[in-house]
Amino acid sequence: MALKASDINVGDTYEEVVVENLTRTQLVQYSGASGDYNPLHTDEVYATQVAGFPSVFAHGMCSMGMTGKAVTNYVGDGTLTKYGVRFSKQVWPGDTLTATLTVDAVREEDGGQLVDLSVVTVNQDGAVVIKGAATARAE
Amino acid sequence: MPAEKFPIEAGHIMLFARSIADKNPIYYGDDPIAPPTFAQSSAQFDPNYFLRPVIGKPWFGSGGTPTGITDPGDKDISSGLHAEQHFEYHRHIKPGDVLTATSKPGETWEKQGRSGGKLQFSESITEYRDQNGELAITARSVGVKTEKPPAQG
Repeated sequence: MALKASDINVGDTYEEVVVENLTRTQLVQYSGASGDYNPLHTDEVYATQVAGFPSVFAHGMCSMGMTGKAVTNYVGDGTLTKYGVRFSKQVWPGDTLTATLTVDAVREEDGGQLVDLSVVTVNQDGAVVIKGAATARAE
Repeated sequence: MPAEKFPIEAGHIMLFARSIADKNPIYYGDDPIAPPTFAQSSAQFDPNYFLRPVIGKPWFGSGGTPTGITDPGDKDISSGLHAEQHFEYHRHIKPGDVLTATSKPGETWEKQGRSGGKLQFSESITEYRDQNGELAITARSVGVKTEKPPAQG
């Protein structure tokens, strides 16, 4: 179900915990589904001993996908026209991510209603890991 | 991720939805659409994708040793990081669609990193067209590579 333009106002927010205590197994699942098998994300031995990181860390696209879940839960299925993010900080196993969407604009374009959202995902310490924007069709 | 033939399949959508911890029933039912970031998994259909092991060839991840690559020059294969990703949806894709993905380089730019080394950004634009040649998704990806700061004196 799409958003109803008449039900939303600039400044409205929606918040969702998109993952709690991120597991390495979740990253293995993401590698398998997406096809990005970079050992930095699943291979603790490589990530720590060769690449010098404290542990494996999430694919940016995994965090973007999880954040996208909050976006589609808010705007409805099949209504997105744009979704883009910048990856600000790495996401580690054990992290809990919370996405917050804020309505920046409700506008008309080509006779249809569009909703512009800003998208911010933070970890359990409040540090921003993803910052972006999305636009969806509304009714 | 370029791919000559990227068939959209219900099973793949289900696995992808699980992998982003998304339990939205639309991804598990009889008439799914693809989640917003699904197009990136065209990597599975890119014959030259460098982050997938090639059967019979050494892989840079660990096996009996921490990396399977012996040439130290090849060990930093994964030093590039994903800085930004943007999708524009002209329509939403679903099982039965067979996409063709073509990628071309976009802009490149440099920034001074906080630790003193240069950050080199490069953009890649991927167009996903459907079986009728219609544009379904345009993706813009920005990668960043860090150049190590010059060695101390």
